[in-house]
Amino acid sequence: MTLSAKIGVESAAYKDFVKRVQPRKAWLRNAFRAFITGGLLCILGQGIEDFFITVFHFTEKTAGNPTVAVLIILSVLVTGFGVYDRFAQFAGAGSAVPVTGFANAIASAALEHKSEGYIVGVGTNIFKVAGPVIVFGVVSAFLISLLRYIFMQIIGS
Amino acid sequence: MLIGKQTWYFSHKPRILGTGTVVGEKEGKGPLGQSFDRSVTDPYFGQSSFEKAERKAMEMAQETAVQKAGLTMAMIDLIVSGDLLAQNISSHFAGRTSGRPLFNVFSACATSMQAVMLGAQLVDSDCANYVMAAVSSHNSSAERAFRTPTEYGAQKPPTAHCTVTGAGAAVIGKGIAGIRITYATIGKIVDLGIDNPWEMGAAMAPAAVDTIKQHFEDTKRTPDDYDLIVTGDLARVGHPIARSLLRKEGICLDERFTDCGILMYDENQPEVFSGGSGPACAACVTFGYLLQGMEEGRYQKILVIATGALLSLLSSQQKESIPCIAHAVAFEREET
Repeated sequence: MTLSAKIGVESAAYKDFVKRVQPRKAWLRNAFRAFITGGLLCILGQGIEDFFITVFHFTEKTAGNPTVAVLIILSVLVTGFGVYDRFAQFAGAGSAVPVTGFANAIASAALEHKSEGYIVGVGTNIFKVAGPVIVFGVVSAFLISLLRYIFMQIIGS
Repeated sequence: MLIGKQTWYFSHKPRILGTGTVVGEKEGKGPLGQSFDRSVTDPYFGQSSFEKAERKAMEMAQETAVQKAGLTMAMIDLIVSGDLLAQNISSHFAGRTSGRPLFNVFSACATSMQAVMLGAQLVDSDCANYVMAAVSSHNSSAERAFRTPTEYGAQKPPTAHCTVTGAGAAVIGKGIAGIRITYATIGKIVDLGIDNPWEMGAAMAPAAVDTIKQHFEDTKRTPDDYDLIVTGDLARVGHPIARSLLRKEGICLDERFTDCGILMYDENQPEVFSGGSGPACAACVTFGYLLQGMEEGRYQKILVIATGALLSLLSSQQKESIPCIAHAVAFEREET
Protein backbone atom coordinates (compact mmCIF):
# COMPACT_ATOMS: atom_id res chain seq x y z
CA MET A 1 0.00 0.00 0.00
CA THR A 2 1.35 3.38 -0.97
CA LEU A 3 1.56 5.72 1.95
CA SER A 4 2.54 9.29 1.56
CA ALA A 5 5.37 10.11 3.88
CA LYS A 6 4.48 13.76 3.52
CA ILE A 7 1.19 13.37 5.28
CA GLY A 8 2.06 12.29 8.75
CA VAL A 9 -0.84 9.90 9.02
CA GLU A 10 -0.78 6.14 8.98
CA SER A 11 -3.42 4.26 7.04
CA ALA A 12 -5.00 2.66 10.12
CA ALA A 13 -5.03 5.93 12.04
CA TYR A 14 -6.54 7.73 9.07
CA LYS A 15 -9.29 5.16 8.67
CA ASP A 16 -10.13 5.54 12.37
CA PHE A 17 -10.19 9.30 12.02
CA VAL A 18 -12.44 9.12 8.95
CA LYS A 19 -14.80 6.78 10.73
CA ARG A 20 -15.11 9.30 13.56
CA VAL A 21 -15.77 12.39 11.47
CA GLN A 22 -17.81 10.99 8.58
CA PRO A 23 -21.59 11.29 8.82
CA ARG A 24 -23.01 7.95 9.79
CA LYS A 25 -25.84 6.13 8.11
CA ALA A 26 -29.05 6.92 9.95
CA TRP A 27 -29.71 3.31 10.89
CA LEU A 28 -32.72 3.96 13.12
CA ARG A 29 -34.37 6.37 10.72
CA ASN A 30 -33.71 4.01 7.81
CA ALA A 31 -35.14 1.04 9.70
CA PHE A 32 -38.23 3.03 10.64
CA ARG A 33 -38.79 4.19 7.07
CA ALA A 34 -38.21 0.69 5.70
CA PHE A 35 -40.74 -0.70 8.20
CA ILE A 36 -43.39 1.85 7.27
CA THR A 37 -42.92 1.85 3.49
CA GLY A 38 -42.40 -1.91 3.23
CA GLY A 39 -45.53 -2.39 5.33
CA LEU A 40 -47.53 0.05 3.22
CA LEU A 41 -46.50 -1.78 0.05
CA CYS A 42 -47.70 -5.04 1.61
CA ILE A 43 -51.01 -3.42 2.60
CA LEU A 44 -51.35 -2.29 -1.03
CA GLY A 45 -50.75 -5.88 -2.14
CA GLN A 46 -53.33 -7.13 0.34
CA GLY A 47 -55.80 -4.56 -0.95
CA ILE A 48 -55.29 -5.72 -4.52
CA GLU A 49 -55.74 -9.33 -3.48
CA ASP A 50 -58.96 -8.53 -1.60
CA PHE A 51 -60.16 -6.66 -4.67
CA PHE A 52 -59.66 -9.75 -6.85
CA ILE A 53 -61.39 -11.95 -4.29
CA THR A 54 -64.43 -9.75 -3.71
CA VAL A 55 -64.94 -8.33 -7.21
CA PHE A 56 -63.77 -11.17 -9.46
CA HIS A 57 -64.49 -14.03 -7.05
CA PHE A 58 -60.96 -15.46 -7.01
CA THR A 59 -60.10 -17.75 -4.14
CA GLU A 60 -57.38 -16.74 -1.72
CA LYS A 61 -55.05 -19.17 -3.50
CA THR A 62 -55.78 -18.12 -7.10
CA ALA A 63 -55.79 -14.38 -6.32
CA GLY A 64 -52.04 -14.52 -5.67
CA ASN A 65 -50.93 -14.54 -9.30
CA PRO A 66 -52.98 -11.58 -10.60
CA THR A 67 -52.03 -9.61 -7.46
CA VAL A 68 -48.34 -10.15 -8.10
CA ALA A 69 -48.85 -9.27 -11.77
CA VAL A 70 -50.50 -5.96 -10.87
CA LEU A 71 -47.68 -5.09 -8.44
CA ILE A 72 -45.07 -5.94 -11.09
CA ILE A 73 -46.80 -3.75 -13.67
CA LEU A 74 -47.05 -0.89 -11.17
CA SER A 75 -43.40 -1.20 -10.18
CA VAL A 76 -42.21 -1.34 -13.79
CA LEU A 77 -44.30 1.71 -14.69
CA VAL A 78 -43.01 3.68 -11.73
CA THR A 79 -39.45 2.65 -12.66
CA GLY A 80 -40.02 3.78 -16.24
CA PHE A 81 -41.30 7.15 -15.10
CA GLY A 82 -38.10 7.60 -13.13
CA VAL A 83 -39.74 7.65 -9.71
CA TYR A 84 -38.80 4.29 -8.17
CA ASP A 85 -35.17 5.21 -7.55
CA ARG A 86 -36.27 8.34 -5.67
CA PHE A 87 -38.77 6.32 -3.67
CA ALA A 88 -35.97 3.85 -2.87
CA GLN A 89 -33.65 6.61 -1.66
CA PHE A 90 -36.35 7.45 0.89
CA ALA A 91 -37.61 3.97 1.67
CA GLY A 92 -34.33 2.02 1.62
CA ALA A 93 -34.91 -1.64 2.39
CA GLY A 94 -38.65 -0.95 2.32
CA SER A 95 -38.42 -0.62 -1.45
CA ALA A 96 -36.64 -3.95 -1.76
CA VAL A 97 -39.72 -6.01 -0.81
CA PRO A 98 -39.63 -9.03 -3.12
CA VAL A 99 -42.13 -8.29 -5.89
CA THR A 100 -41.70 -4.56 -6.54
CA GLY A 101 -37.96 -4.54 -5.78
CA PHE A 102 -37.32 -7.44 -8.10
CA ALA A 103 -39.41 -5.90 -10.88
CA ASN A 104 -37.49 -2.65 -10.47
CA ALA A 105 -34.15 -4.49 -10.69
CA ILE A 106 -35.23 -6.14 -13.96
CA ALA A 107 -36.87 -3.08 -15.50
CA SER A 108 -34.06 -0.67 -14.62
CA ALA A 109 -31.43 -2.97 -16.14
CA ALA A 110 -33.56 -3.41 -19.27
CA LEU A 111 -34.05 0.35 -19.63
CA GLU A 112 -30.37 1.00 -19.07
CA HIS A 113 -29.19 -1.36 -21.79
CA LYS A 114 -31.82 -0.64 -24.42
CA SER A 115 -29.26 1.61 -26.14
CA GLU A 116 -27.16 -1.47 -27.04
CA GLY A 117 -30.09 -3.22 -28.77
CA TYR A 118 -32.58 -5.87 -27.65
CA ILE A 119 -30.41 -8.98 -27.84
CA VAL A 120 -26.92 -7.89 -26.84
CA GLY A 121 -28.19 -5.06 -24.64
CA VAL A 122 -31.48 -5.94 -22.97
CA GLY A 123 -31.17 -9.72 -23.37
CA THR A 124 -27.68 -9.97 -21.93
CA ASN A 125 -28.10 -7.48 -19.12
CA ILE A 126 -31.70 -7.78 -17.97
CA PHE A 127 -30.74 -10.04 -15.04
CA LYS A 128 -27.59 -8.07 -14.25
CA VAL A 129 -28.93 -6.81 -10.93
CA ALA A 130 -31.58 -9.47 -10.32
CA GLY A 131 -29.35 -12.40 -11.27
CA PRO A 132 -27.79 -12.88 -7.82
CA VAL A 133 -31.29 -12.92 -6.28
CA ILE A 134 -32.22 -15.86 -8.49
CA VAL A 135 -28.93 -17.69 -8.00
CA PHE A 136 -28.89 -17.41 -4.23
CA GLY A 137 -32.66 -17.84 -4.02
CA VAL A 138 -32.50 -21.16 -5.85
CA VAL A 139 -29.39 -22.37 -4.05
CA SER A 140 -30.71 -21.52 -0.58
CA ALA A 141 -34.13 -23.01 -1.43
CA PHE A 142 -32.38 -26.22 -2.45
CA LEU A 143 -30.28 -26.35 0.71
CA ILE A 144 -33.21 -25.61 2.99
CA SER A 145 -35.41 -28.24 1.33
CA LEU A 146 -32.58 -30.74 1.58
CA LEU A 147 -32.24 -30.03 5.31
CA ARG A 148 -35.97 -30.27 5.74
CA TYR A 149 -36.05 -33.57 3.88
CA ILE A 150 -33.28 -35.06 6.01
CA PHE A 151 -34.90 -33.73 9.17
CA MET A 152 -38.29 -35.21 8.22
CA GLN A 153 -36.68 -38.55 7.42
CA ILE A 154 -35.03 -38.67 10.84
CA ILE A 155 -38.21 -37.62 12.65
CA GLY A 156 -40.34 -39.96 10.57
CA SER A 157 -38.21 -43.02 11.19
CA MET B 1 10.04 25.64 -15.89
CA LEU B 2 10.35 23.23 -12.99
CA ILE B 3 10.61 24.88 -9.63
CA GLY B 4 10.96 22.87 -6.46
CA LYS B 5 10.01 19.25 -6.86
CA GLN B 6 6.64 19.05 -8.57
CA THR B 7 5.71 22.52 -9.73
CA TRP B 8 5.89 24.27 -13.08
CA TYR B 9 6.17 28.03 -13.40
CA PHE B 10 4.90 29.47 -16.67
CA SER B 11 7.07 32.48 -17.44
CA HIS B 12 5.67 33.24 -20.89
CA LYS B 13 2.27 34.08 -19.52
CA PRO B 14 -0.21 31.58 -20.94
CA ARG B 15 -3.71 32.90 -20.36
CA ILE B 16 -7.30 31.72 -20.39
CA LEU B 17 -8.69 33.34 -23.53
CA GLY B 18 -12.19 31.95 -23.41
CA THR B 19 -14.25 29.39 -21.52
CA GLY B 20 -17.35 27.35 -22.22
CA THR B 21 -19.50 25.70 -19.57
CA VAL B 22 -22.55 23.53 -20.19
CA VAL B 23 -24.45 21.88 -17.35
CA GLY B 24 -27.54 19.78 -16.73
CA GLU B 25 -30.77 20.77 -15.03
CA LYS B 26 -29.78 20.06 -11.43
CA GLU B 27 -26.56 22.09 -11.77
CA GLY B 28 -28.46 24.90 -13.50
CA LYS B 29 -30.85 25.08 -10.55
CA GLY B 30 -27.96 25.16 -8.10
CA PRO B 31 -26.52 28.29 -6.50
CA LEU B 32 -24.06 28.82 -9.38
CA GLY B 33 -26.67 28.28 -12.11
CA GLN B 34 -26.31 31.80 -13.47
CA SER B 35 -22.57 31.51 -13.99
CA PHE B 36 -22.75 28.74 -16.60
CA ASP B 37 -23.06 29.46 -20.32
CA ARG B 38 -25.73 26.88 -20.95
CA SER B 39 -27.99 24.83 -18.77
CA VAL B 40 -29.84 22.02 -20.52
CA THR B 41 -32.98 20.60 -18.91
CA ASP B 42 -33.17 17.48 -21.11
CA PRO B 43 -30.89 14.83 -19.54
CA TYR B 44 -30.46 13.33 -23.01
CA PHE B 45 -29.41 16.68 -24.56
CA GLY B 46 -31.66 15.75 -27.50
CA GLN B 47 -29.65 12.56 -28.14
CA SER B 48 -30.60 8.89 -27.98
CA SER B 49 -28.35 7.79 -25.08
CA PHE B 50 -26.65 9.25 -22.01
CA GLU B 51 -23.23 8.62 -23.56
CA LYS B 52 -24.21 10.64 -26.62
CA ALA B 53 -25.63 13.32 -24.33
CA GLU B 54 -22.28 13.67 -22.55
CA ARG B 55 -20.50 13.90 -25.89
CA LYS B 56 -22.94 16.60 -26.98
CA ALA B 57 -22.22 18.58 -23.81
CA MET B 58 -18.50 18.26 -24.53
CA GLU B 59 -18.99 19.56 -28.09
CA MET B 60 -21.17 22.45 -26.92
CA ALA B 61 -18.63 23.52 -24.30
CA GLN B 62 -15.79 23.42 -26.82
CA GLU B 63 -17.73 25.48 -29.37
CA THR B 64 -18.66 28.06 -26.74
CA ALA B 65 -15.09 28.37 -25.50
CA VAL B 66 -13.74 28.91 -29.02
CA GLN B 67 -16.41 31.53 -29.75
CA LYS B 68 -15.82 33.41 -26.52
CA ALA B 69 -12.07 33.42 -27.21
CA GLY B 70 -12.84 35.10 -30.53
CA LEU B 71 -11.29 32.23 -32.48
CA THR B 72 -12.46 29.51 -34.82
CA MET B 73 -12.07 25.79 -34.15
CA ALA B 74 -9.54 25.58 -37.01
CA MET B 75 -7.19 27.88 -35.07
CA ILE B 76 -6.94 25.48 -32.12
CA ASP B 77 -3.60 23.65 -32.39
CA LEU B 78 -4.39 20.97 -29.86
CA ILE B 79 -7.23 19.78 -27.71
CA VAL B 80 -6.34 18.16 -24.38
CA SER B 81 -9.49 16.51 -23.10
CA GLY B 82 -10.77 13.77 -20.86
CA ASP B 83 -13.82 12.22 -19.22
CA LEU B 84 -14.83 9.33 -16.97
CA LEU B 85 -16.03 6.77 -19.47
CA ALA B 86 -13.93 3.80 -20.60
CA GLN B 87 -11.55 4.61 -23.44
CA ASN B 88 -12.50 8.28 -22.93
CA ILE B 89 -15.25 7.94 -25.51
CA SER B 90 -16.81 11.33 -24.82
CA SER B 91 -13.57 13.15 -25.56
CA HIS B 92 -12.40 10.94 -28.40
CA PHE B 93 -15.75 10.96 -30.15
CA ALA B 94 -16.10 14.72 -29.73
CA GLY B 95 -12.79 14.86 -31.60
CA ARG B 96 -14.66 13.73 -34.71
CA THR B 97 -16.64 16.95 -34.59
CA SER B 98 -13.79 19.29 -33.73
CA GLY B 99 -11.41 17.70 -36.22
CA ARG B 100 -8.40 19.07 -34.33
CA PRO B 101 -5.25 17.31 -33.06
CA LEU B 102 -6.12 15.58 -29.84
CA PHE B 103 -4.52 14.31 -26.63
CA ASN B 104 -6.76 12.55 -24.20
CA VAL B 105 -5.82 12.39 -20.56
CA PHE B 106 -7.35 10.68 -17.55
CA SER B 107 -7.08 11.36 -13.87
CA ALA B 108 -10.80 10.97 -13.08
CA CYS B 109 -12.18 14.12 -11.47
CA ALA B 110 -8.71 15.73 -11.50
CA THR B 111 -8.64 15.64 -15.31
CA SER B 112 -9.70 19.29 -15.65
CA MET B 113 -6.59 20.72 -14.01
CA GLN B 114 -4.37 18.09 -15.63
CA ALA B 115 -5.62 19.26 -19.04
CA VAL B 116 -5.21 22.94 -18.10
CA MET B 117 -1.63 22.50 -16.87
CA LEU B 118 -0.62 20.50 -19.94
CA GLY B 119 -2.22 23.10 -22.19
CA ALA B 120 -0.47 25.92 -20.35
CA GLN B 121 2.87 24.10 -20.57
CA LEU B 122 2.53 23.52 -24.31
CA VAL B 123 1.63 27.16 -24.91
CA ASP B 124 4.40 28.33 -22.58
CA SER B 125 6.99 26.27 -24.45
CA ASP B 126 5.74 27.43 -27.87
CA CYS B 127 4.59 23.95 -28.88
CA ALA B 128 1.16 25.39 -29.59
CA ASN B 129 -0.41 28.79 -30.00
CA TYR B 130 -3.86 27.83 -28.80
CA VAL B 131 -4.70 24.77 -26.74
CA MET B 132 -8.15 23.83 -25.57
CA ALA B 133 -8.55 21.98 -22.28
CA ALA B 134 -11.92 20.26 -22.03
CA VAL B 135 -13.58 17.69 -19.78
CA SER B 136 -17.03 16.24 -19.36
CA SER B 137 -19.10 13.96 -17.15
CA HIS B 138 -22.75 12.93 -17.05
CA ASN B 139 -24.55 11.76 -13.95
CA SER B 140 -26.38 8.93 -15.72
CA SER B 141 -23.48 7.67 -17.83
CA ALA B 142 -21.27 7.66 -14.73
CA GLU B 143 -23.89 5.85 -12.63
CA ARG B 144 -24.01 3.24 -15.31
CA ALA B 145 -20.25 2.93 -15.69
CA PHE B 146 -19.42 2.83 -11.98
CA ARG B 147 -22.58 1.90 -10.08
CA THR B 148 -26.01 0.46 -10.89
CA PRO B 149 -28.62 1.23 -13.58
CA THR B 150 -29.87 4.80 -13.19
CA GLU B 151 -33.44 3.81 -12.37
CA TYR B 152 -32.46 1.03 -9.97
CA GLY B 153 -33.79 1.63 -6.48
CA ALA B 154 -30.89 1.55 -4.05
CA GLN B 155 -30.34 3.83 -1.10
CA LYS B 156 -27.12 5.85 -1.16
CA PRO B 157 -25.29 6.79 2.04
CA PRO B 158 -24.81 10.45 3.07
CA THR B 159 -21.11 10.21 2.11
CA ALA B 160 -22.00 9.59 -1.57
CA HIS B 161 -21.35 12.15 -4.29
CA CYS B 162 -23.59 13.36 -7.10
CA THR B 163 -21.74 13.23 -10.44
CA VAL B 164 -22.12 16.56 -12.19
CA THR B 165 -23.74 16.50 -15.62
CA GLY B 166 -21.93 18.91 -17.88
CA ALA B 167 -18.76 19.89 -19.63
CA GLY B 168 -16.23 22.67 -19.28
CA ALA B 169 -13.71 23.90 -21.80
CA ALA B 170 -11.07 26.61 -21.74
CA VAL B 171 -8.94 28.00 -24.54
CA ILE B 172 -5.38 28.68 -23.42
CA GLY B 173 -3.04 30.90 -25.40
CA LYS B 174 -0.75 33.86 -25.19
CA GLY B 175 -2.70 37.05 -25.27
CA ILE B 176 -2.61 40.53 -23.89
CA ALA B 177 -5.67 40.10 -21.70
CA GLY B 178 -7.16 37.31 -19.69
CA ILE B 179 -6.51 35.39 -16.52
CA ARG B 180 -2.92 34.18 -16.30
CA ILE B 181 -1.99 30.62 -15.46
CA THR B 182 1.12 31.00 -13.33
CA TYR B 183 1.90 27.77 -11.50
CA ALA B 184 0.89 24.15 -11.74
CA THR B 185 1.69 21.48 -9.19
CA ILE B 186 1.53 17.89 -10.39
CA GLY B 187 0.13 15.47 -7.86
CA LYS B 188 1.35 12.09 -6.70
CA ILE B 189 -0.76 9.03 -6.06
CA VAL B 190 -1.83 8.98 -2.43
CA ASP B 191 -3.69 6.01 -1.00
CA LEU B 192 -4.41 5.79 2.70
CA GLY B 193 -6.45 2.64 2.38
CA ILE B 194 -10.05 3.84 2.01
CA ASP B 195 -11.72 1.15 -0.10
CA ASN B 196 -15.39 2.10 0.01
CA PRO B 197 -16.39 3.73 -3.32
CA TRP B 198 -19.10 5.62 -1.39
CA GLU B 199 -16.40 7.42 0.60
CA MET B 200 -14.51 9.18 -2.17
CA GLY B 201 -14.32 12.43 -0.24
CA ALA B 202 -12.34 10.76 2.53
CA ALA B 203 -10.27 8.83 -0.01
CA MET B 204 -9.27 11.96 -1.95
CA ALA B 205 -8.67 14.38 0.93
CA PRO B 206 -5.09 13.18 1.66
CA ALA B 207 -4.15 13.57 -2.03
CA ALA B 208 -5.38 17.18 -1.99
CA VAL B 209 -3.43 17.85 1.23
CA ASP B 210 -0.27 16.34 -0.27
CA THR B 211 -0.47 18.53 -3.38
CA ILE B 212 -1.36 21.71 -1.49
CA LYS B 213 1.56 21.21 0.86
CA GLN B 214 3.92 20.53 -2.05
CA HIS B 215 2.65 23.61 -3.88
CA PHE B 216 3.49 25.90 -0.96
CA GLU B 217 6.89 24.24 -0.50
CA ASP B 218 7.80 24.52 -4.18
CA THR B 219 6.55 28.06 -4.77
CA LYS B 220 7.55 29.46 -1.36
CA ARG B 221 4.08 30.92 -1.23
CA THR B 222 1.74 30.88 1.75
CA PRO B 223 -2.05 30.53 1.91
CA ASP B 224 -2.25 34.31 2.33
CA ASP B 225 -1.02 34.73 -1.25
CA TYR B 226 -4.37 33.41 -2.46
CA ASP B 227 -7.82 34.92 -2.25
CA LEU B 228 -9.33 31.52 -2.66
CA ILE B 229 -8.01 27.96 -2.38
CA VAL B 230 -10.51 25.61 -3.94
CA THR B 231 -10.43 21.81 -3.96
CA GLY B 232 -12.14 19.89 -6.75
CA ASP B 233 -14.78 17.60 -5.36
CA LEU B 234 -14.02 16.62 -1.80
CA ALA B 235 -17.51 17.87 -0.96
CA ARG B 236 -19.08 18.26 2.46
CA VAL B 237 -17.46 15.14 3.88
CA GLY B 238 -13.96 15.22 2.40
CA HIS B 239 -13.37 18.97 2.62
CA PRO B 240 -13.47 19.27 6.43
CA ILE B 241 -11.19 16.21 6.57
CA ALA B 242 -8.69 17.94 4.27
CA ARG B 243 -8.93 21.08 6.40
CA SER B 244 -8.08 19.23 9.60
CA LEU B 245 -5.25 17.26 7.92
CA LEU B 246 -3.81 20.56 6.71
CA ARG B 247 -4.09 22.01 10.20
CA LYS B 248 -2.06 19.09 11.52
CA GLU B 249 0.53 19.98 8.90
CA GLY B 250 0.64 23.54 10.16
CA ILE B 251 -1.35 25.03 7.30
CA CYS B 252 -4.36 26.82 8.74
CA LEU B 253 -6.95 27.89 6.22
CA ASP B 254 -9.95 30.10 6.86
CA GLU B 255 -13.16 30.52 4.90
CA ARG B 256 -11.10 31.22 1.79
CA PHE B 257 -10.62 27.46 1.59
CA THR B 258 -13.60 25.97 -0.22
CA ASP B 259 -14.57 23.21 -2.65
CA CYS B 260 -16.20 23.03 -6.11
CA GLY B 261 -18.33 20.06 -5.04
CA ILE B 262 -19.75 22.13 -2.16
CA LEU B 263 -20.24 25.26 -4.29
CA MET B 264 -21.99 23.42 -7.12
CA TYR B 265 -25.16 22.41 -5.27
CA ASP B 266 -27.26 23.74 -2.47
CA GLU B 267 -27.23 21.39 0.50
CA ASN B 268 -31.00 21.15 0.37
CA GLN B 269 -31.27 20.15 -3.28
CA PRO B 270 -32.65 16.61 -3.61
CA GLU B 271 -30.13 13.77 -3.94
CA VAL B 272 -26.93 15.77 -4.01
CA PHE B 273 -25.67 13.86 -0.93
CA SER B 274 -22.31 15.25 0.19
CA GLY B 275 -21.89 17.32 -2.98
CA GLY B 276 -20.81 17.29 -6.62
CA SER B 277 -18.10 15.20 -8.27
CA GLY B 278 -16.93 14.28 -11.74
CA PRO B 279 -14.46 16.03 -14.06
CA ALA B 280 -17.15 18.56 -15.00
CA CYS B 281 -17.54 19.62 -11.34
CA ALA B 282 -14.15 21.30 -10.94
CA ALA B 283 -14.17 22.39 -14.60
CA CYS B 284 -17.56 24.11 -14.64
CA VAL B 285 -17.11 25.77 -11.24
CA THR B 286 -13.61 27.00 -12.15
CA PHE B 287 -14.23 28.02 -15.75
CA GLY B 288 -17.62 29.46 -14.92
CA TYR B 289 -18.02 30.85 -11.43
CA LEU B 290 -14.41 31.29 -10.25
CA LEU B 291 -12.89 32.82 -13.39
CA GLN B 292 -15.88 35.16 -13.68
CA GLY B 293 -15.24 36.21 -10.11
CA MET B 294 -11.65 37.01 -11.09
CA GLU B 295 -12.69 38.95 -14.17
CA GLU B 296 -15.06 40.97 -12.02
CA GLY B 297 -12.19 41.67 -9.65
CA ARG B 298 -13.53 39.73 -6.67
CA TYR B 299 -10.42 37.56 -6.56
CA GLN B 300 -6.90 38.33 -7.71
CA LYS B 301 -5.24 34.97 -7.20
CA ILE B 302 -6.81 31.57 -6.80
CA LEU B 303 -5.48 28.06 -6.47
CA VAL B 304 -7.62 25.20 -7.78
CA ILE B 305 -6.75 21.68 -6.65
CA ALA B 306 -8.76 19.18 -8.67
CA THR B 307 -9.01 15.82 -6.95
CA GLY B 308 -9.45 12.44 -8.61
CA ALA B 309 -10.33 9.00 -7.24
CA LEU B 310 -8.69 6.55 -9.62
CA LEU B 311 -10.88 3.54 -8.99
CA SER B 312 -12.61 1.34 -11.51
CA LEU B 313 -15.74 -0.75 -11.05
CA LEU B 314 -13.56 -3.86 -11.19
CA SER B 315 -10.98 -2.63 -8.67
CA SER B 316 -13.62 -1.66 -6.14
CA GLN B 317 -15.44 -4.99 -6.56
CA GLN B 318 -12.11 -6.70 -5.94
CA LYS B 319 -11.93 -4.70 -2.68
CA GLU B 320 -8.85 -2.73 -3.66
CA SER B 321 -8.30 0.56 -1.88
CA ILE B 322 -8.71 3.76 -3.88
CA PRO B 323 -5.57 5.49 -5.19
CA CYS B 324 -6.16 9.22 -5.48
CA ILE B 325 -4.43 12.16 -7.11
CA ALA B 326 -4.74 15.93 -7.00
CA HIS B 327 -3.43 18.46 -9.51
CA ALA B 328 -3.20 22.15 -8.64
CA VAL B 329 -3.22 25.17 -10.94
CA ALA B 330 -2.80 28.80 -9.89
CA PHE B 331 -4.81 31.41 -11.77
CA GLU B 332 -3.95 35.09 -11.45
CA ARG B 333 -5.55 38.29 -12.51
CA GLU B 334 -3.05 40.75 -13.89
CA GLU B 335 -3.77 44.40 -14.57
CA THR B 336 -2.60 45.22 -18.06
